[in-house]
Amino acid sequence: MPGSSLFSGSQPNTSRQSPPLRYDDLMLGMVLGAFRIAILMLWEFLEMGLVGILAWILVWVLGFVCFEFFLVVQYCGKGGKMIKLFKVKEKQRELAENANGKTPVKKQSAGELRLHKDISELNLPKSCVISFPNGKDDLMNFEVTIRPDDGYYLGGTFLFSFNVSPIYPHEAPKVKCKTKVYHPNIDLEGNVCLNILREDWKPVLNINTIIYGLFHLFTEPNYEDPLNHDAAAVLRDNPKLFESNVRRAMAGGYVGQTLFPRCL
Amino acid sequence: MAETVVQPSRSRDLDKLLLRPGNIIGNNFDPGQELRDDLAEYVKVLVVGAGGLGCELLKDLALSGFKNLEVIDMDTIEVTNLNRQFLFRFEDVGKPKAEVAAKRVMERIRGVNIKPHYCRIEEKDIDFYSDFSIIVLGLDSIEARSYINAVACSFLEYDSDDKPRDETIKPLVDGGTEGFKGHARVIIPGVTPCFECTIWLFPPQVKFPLCTLAETPRTAAHCIEYAHLIKWDEVHSGKTFDPDDPEHMKWIYNEAVKRAELFGIPGVTYSLTQGVVKNIIPAIASTNAIVSAACALEALKITTGCSKTLSNYLTYNGAEGLHTKVTEFVRDKDCLVCGPGVLIELETSVTLQKFIDLLEKHPDLLLSKASVTHQGSSLYMQAPPVLEEMTRSNLNLPLFDLMGKTSKGTIHVTGTTSKNDTKTSVLRKLRVFFKGVDGVTDMDMAGGA
Repeated sequence: MPGSSLFSGSQPNTSRQSPPLRYDDLMLGMVLGAFRIAILMLWEFLEMGLVGILAWILVWVLGFVCFEFFLVVQYCGKGGKMIKLFKVKEKQRELAENANGKTPVKKQSAGELRLHKDISELNLPKSCVISFPNGKDDLMNFEVTIRPDDGYYLGGTFLFSFNVSPIYPHEAPKVKCKTKVYHPNIDLEGNVCLNILREDWKPVLNINTIIYGLFHLFTEPNYEDPLNHDAAAVLRDNPKLFESNVRRAMAGGYVGQTLFPRCL
Repeated sequence: MAETVVQPSRSRDLDKLLLRPGNIIGNNFDPGQELRDDLAEYVKVLVVGAGGLGCELLKDLALSGFKNLEVIDMDTIEVTNLNRQFLFRFEDVGKPKAEVAAKRVMERIRGVNIKPHYCRIEEKDIDFYSDFSIIVLGLDSIEARSYINAVACSFLEYDSDDKPRDETIKPLVDGGTEGFKGHARVIIPGVTPCFECTIWLFPPQVKFPLCTLAETPRTAAHCIEYAHLIKWDEVHSGKTFDPDDPEHMKWIYNEAVKRAELFGIPGVTYSLTQGVVKNIIPAIASTNAIVSAACALEALKITTGCSKTLSNYLTYNGAEGLHTKVTEFVRDKDCLVCGPGVLIELETSVTLQKFIDLLEKHPDLLLSKASVTHQGSSLYMQAPPVLEEMTRSNLNLPLFDLMGKTSKGTIHVTGTTSKNDTKTSVLRKLRVFFKGVDGVTDMDMAGGA
């Protein structure tokens, strides 16, 4: 909550009734107080007699002592608390020089933790398989293999590499297709045109949604967002030719001037 | 007690702030010579970044009475920096920013001691950062801020009442500028929101669809990004693009010009190319001066307590007229980076499997099907099957061993909780404390350095 004892926030400093006094102010106060008592005593003596005087003195002295004590305690505040804490910490560190369990060496970013959550909740269809080439401790770089079970690309196997940044999910993971494929939305360098990977990425999306999006590219290729405009034109104008081009490419043949490796 | 004569320092105004009492002060402010001397002797400040904000910060802090400063920056000086990074001269182009900045400020201000570090912030040990009383940031990216925030919050420890322990708090003052706009904020881990608590404030970055770049570019930026993202790989496959290499940048510019001519799009210039590729916004000196002044002032107020601190986020906009606002953001109690997490006390013999079962019954968690991770290493993953297999062997090992055999540590778990018959997936931070290690029996006794 804002405004702990250490750092005051927006509320005014109402805990003290008056600013701290300096010692010379204290002295002045005491002198004036004593003077006042003397005057009163004189007046009382003239009126009430000895017992009355003694009672008055007792009450006043007690009250005065309490007040001064209160002020003195206030005055001995620890000022520049930040600096004092720093000095305390230095001493603590000197004492605890040989303590075990020092501060952790490896930093785990919030991005890694959110990725850990996404991965542990993955719910992939049978056609999509995830693998971790760097082992279980590097979740930021992994690969996904997609085997479409429907559509033009039935029977093919396509490998995608995922690279997640430390500020995930603020930034979308970088996904590239490692298999050379004849596809209107995937170019020959492996760049994938999927809206949620770039302009439509939101932090509420996760790895599952990306993999489903990639899967969707194979079951429903789209000639309206082309990266490979030749393939897109063929799909739009001559779907039968497109189908045979895809089959030839997956089997490991030429489409136009480009040779595609076999991926069946 | 006689009145002691306080020696005036070189700064009359600093004396007025630190030697006299006041009404609008921080808690436990003790004005006097000791405070002023402690500021010069004991307080160490780290300035991260020696660019637009860093240069101004070094000047402001050195003139505010801080005598022990260190500055860290991985960049070298470029000609375009000279309009606002006033510590640098034309002859310095190519030299490390941190070293030149430190040298110039020490030449000009007698008595200050600045140690430069020409390296990345990730290359320094955690111990390096724990030495400082306060860290002031003059950074230019979200990743760097996120990293430093994680480092500062890693020092934070909570006591058994989930209150932050004062001596483990490492305050940060973060400043940022972009053209006519800027911000300054105070981050006190455990008290104010940390950087991750408020990371949702950032709008998503502008990214063009790849197909627009490939098929239907409409603006000069589209042409430049086409050359940058698509054409580069086609021609130089394998070679990584280096934005600091002028040859690469020139190649991108030429390709962008060709593309713009093809589509009849005006406006592709070399400076726009640099701006789009390196994400540069033109910078002006005054914004940097204003924001860094606010940051240096907060650093002074936090360390000395001489006035109330900014609480806690100042925005500045000089684009149309001049507007500033201070907003008090509230901490996220469940923040993964700065939150206390749920405290769990265990025996050292508890296995990972038993721990996972325990989470299901714990009243604050009720977490089923938990996956556990510790400092970047997955201890057990429920899914996907390949990871479940890899981590299954850890289930029979004691959690104490898996966490490096230390008396306490932080662990993160994800799983599902059901509340009112609705299942939600959660990611929680846990503070695990092992009883009976090193003869320490009480959570609060296990104080850290």
